[in-house]
Amino acid sequence: MSYEAKFKVWRGDDGAGELTDYTVEVNEGEVVLDIIHRLQATQAPDLAVRWNCKAGKCGSCSAEINGMPRLMCMTRMSTFTEDETITVTPIRTFPVIRDLVTDVSFNYEKARQIPSFDPGDVKPGEFRMQQEDVERSQEFRKCIECYLCQNVCHVIRDHEENKPEFAGPRFLMRIAELEMHPADQADRREIAAKDHGLGFCNITKCCTEVCPEHIKITDNALIPMKERVVGRKYDPVVWLGTKLGIVRKGQDTPSA
Amino acid sequence: MTEIERHAYDVVVIGAGGAGLRAAIEARLQGKKTAIISKSLFGKAHTVMAEGGAAAAMGNANPNDNWMVHFRDTMRGGKFMNSWRMAELHAKEAPERIWELEHWGALFDRTKEGKISQRNFGGHEYPRLAHVGDRTGLELIRTTQQKIVALQQEDHAETGDYESRLKVWAETTVTRLLKDGDRICGAFAYVRETGRFVVFEAPAVVLATGGIGKAFKVTSNSWEYTGDGHSLALLAGATLLNMEFVQFHPTGMVWPPSVKGILVTESVRGDRGVLKNSEGKRFMFDYVPEVFKNQYATTEAEGDRWYDDPDNNKRPPELLPRDEVARAINSEVKAGRGSPHGGVFLTVVDRMPGGAAEIVRRLPSMHHQFKELADVDITKEPMEVGPTCHYVMGGVEVDPDTGAAKVPGLFAAGEVSGGMHGSNRLGGNSLSDLLVFGRRAGLGASEYVDGLPERPAVPEAEVEAAVTEALAPFEREDGENPYAVHAELQQTMNDLVGIIRKEGELQQAIEALGKLRERVANVGVTPVAVGDDGRGYHPGWHLSLDLRNMMLVSEAVAKAALERQESRGGHTRDDYPQMSADWRKVNLVCGLAGDPASPHVELKRQPMVPMREDLLALFETDELKKYLTAEELPAEVAAEPAPAEASAEEDSAEENEEGDR
Repeated sequence: MSYEAKFKVWRGDDGAGELTDYTVEVNEGEVVLDIIHRLQATQAPDLAVRWNCKAGKCGSCSAEINGMPRLMCMTRMSTFTEDETITVTPIRTFPVIRDLVTDVSFNYEKARQIPSFDPGDVKPGEFRMQQEDVERSQEFRKCIECYLCQNVCHVIRDHEENKPEFAGPRFLMRIAELEMHPADQADRREIAAKDHGLGFCNITKCCTEVCPEHIKITDNALIPMKERVVGRKYDPVVWLGTKLGIVRKGQDTPSA
Repeated sequence: MTEIERHAYDVVVIGAGGAGLRAAIEARLQGKKTAIISKSLFGKAHTVMAEGGAAAAMGNANPNDNWMVHFRDTMRGGKFMNSWRMAELHAKEAPERIWELEHWGALFDRTKEGKISQRNFGGHEYPRLAHVGDRTGLELIRTTQQKIVALQQEDHAETGDYESRLKVWAETTVTRLLKDGDRICGAFAYVRETGRFVVFEAPAVVLATGGIGKAFKVTSNSWEYTGDGHSLALLAGATLLNMEFVQFHPTGMVWPPSVKGILVTESVRGDRGVLKNSEGKRFMFDYVPEVFKNQYATTEAEGDRWYDDPDNNKRPPELLPRDEVARAINSEVKAGRGSPHGGVFLTVVDRMPGGAAEIVRRLPSMHHQFKELADVDITKEPMEVGPTCHYVMGGVEVDPDTGAAKVPGLFAAGEVSGGMHGSNRLGGNSLSDLLVFGRRAGLGASEYVDGLPERPAVPEAEVEAAVTEALAPFEREDGENPYAVHAELQQTMNDLVGIIRKEGELQQAIEALGKLRERVANVGVTPVAVGDDGRGYHPGWHLSLDLRNMMLVSEAVAKAALERQESRGGHTRDDYPQMSADWRKVNLVCGLAGDPASPHVELKRQPMVPMREDLLALFETDELKKYLTAEELPAEVAAEPAPAEASAEEDSAEENEEGDR
């Protein structure tokens, strides 16, 4: 059941590189990451690739396969025909370190700017939350940080200049997660728009489409977050309530 | 001379899984300047694979639960080989550690009263596992990761630098611990991205590197599990405890290759799944041991009736204890009746009255796992399964309270440490172990640093030796391909030191490892074509260096397995099927001896510390008699006649479902 497949794999570093052709054995039941590993073991021991769990749980092996952002461990070879040439390139939005490995430090920097969970005065062990209330944020906490949503989002994929002002779907979702956390006391609505670029998102849902965890990023995180930001600013009832002192005005939490 | 970066810290934590992150948080909370060194990116640790939950006797689901019940369950699961002090601390402190996670933002599933929900698990008397669906490990990692970010934000507010007191060195691998005389003075590492070397000058190092699964061919463990911490500890003069205890799960996926080793939950067999060999025979009927003859069905018809009418029929033999199932699979494969890829068939096809729809309904996660990862539709095709290496109970010998290893300045926590789980770990006890002992090791390291009269200095010779060792694979122009040597090491361990062990095979393994040791010392790689010095992101080089570690832990496991002439928990000897109370008193301790350039593992027998009386009093006398020798029993019962030696088989029947799932 095995055959020789044609692969084009991007080789090079941040300076220069090219697609290199390989012919490599493929066996029944394998995924793209298996083939990359076979290349390492037999033809290219220095081929750089990032991977960990091989089970779609750690989000390390993100790449673009025939132009589609995907996890290599979750892309089965049986989805291609035997005569198809398979092109594997690093995710495009981030700088290449070498071969298929990119520098994703952008994401760790953005993560640091979002104010952390604030439990207020509640002591450990004293939280009481209902399942239906925690479920909204739990969906977002399924995120394996593969950054495919960050990679595919055109706001930064096609516009390097937006990177400083835009946290990307993963971290706008993190803000939504904290805002919907039943026990969190901070208010990140102001900074979601002002510092992290929620307004850049024009809900094309590309992020949702590539999410390997099938999180409804756009519908459940980004759109409700936009509504919360707008509600705080423009809802006349909220505005009036604030003026009359009925609605206590939230203390805006600054970015960290 | 190769360029080397130098950085000074108070505490260096090696490993960024649950134990490492919790240790680092504690060290930072104690005011120590702390580094976390991670082979992977921050947040990708193997801990994310843990599904079931974290065991903690909070009593949310059953108010009768408390630390004493949890302690008892843990000791039973470990067949009394546990460090009882660790089991005690673990049971007492696990609830606080879970509540603390919640205080840092974790969102566990809830009870109706709004408390943290707790689920049942094999070997636990009450529902005890705090969980988030089947991704509890991910929640643990994400929460500790985000707590570290929160601490960095505090430091940023104060100093203007996020990394002034707590820095994560992602994709950085430690190859040597450095010593100043008899004590730790730092660690030597390379940064994966560039291949450049870094010396971490630090008086205290916490090992939290996880397990050793990659020394075996079939494992549920990820690539990082190359026994780094175990080996670094040995090389630094520390000791390893009871390395023979390795947990294998009888049904891991063996096919397709992309998912080889990934667990197939035992509930597949509980839900009518049957095991067949290449001849289509339900072979488990041939493997019912004498002691179980009365409890298991002798015909397929009777076994099949049991699922609907368990009161009037006997259980099918597919539901025998874990070791028995594994032993049977092993025998079928060795007799040439295995599946094409070296396992056997596990099938639910046509087994459920409701057909395919019922399979999907009863086994949703398995259906999904095979469909997504393997393109196998378990409603139409059998699964191929075989034993998979899952967890190592053995590890660095530590002081239970502080996590201190035998070398001053060295600490260990989590899977890399030994003692806590005895001969066999209960599912759910791993995640709580990481938190309880991660914190304790971080605290122990901080207190050790506070107590030092002066900081140790890093001797130049130590650094030079580490550089030479790390660069050696590039020097060997005709060196062997490291991938080929690794494959052979894995095959040897899998075939000869696997789930079922025999004296002859273990001797064969030790001999084979002796030959492999020379080949490991002779692997070579060529520099990559791009970059300055050809060491940037070079997987072949990384494997060459990891091989030393897998070699040492393999020797430790094989030698300890040969020495222990009994069957207990994660150590099954075909030639010594009984559990022995005399062997329970013996800890097998591994250290290094011989030529420092090529040291070998040496074993020492060390008596088990007798359990404290108040802890002993938590057990019924009859139960104690199963495990302890007459002299060890409390004075008032010692006079009574002891029963015959307990059979390991009989005993393990009680915990059919231990392990992670």
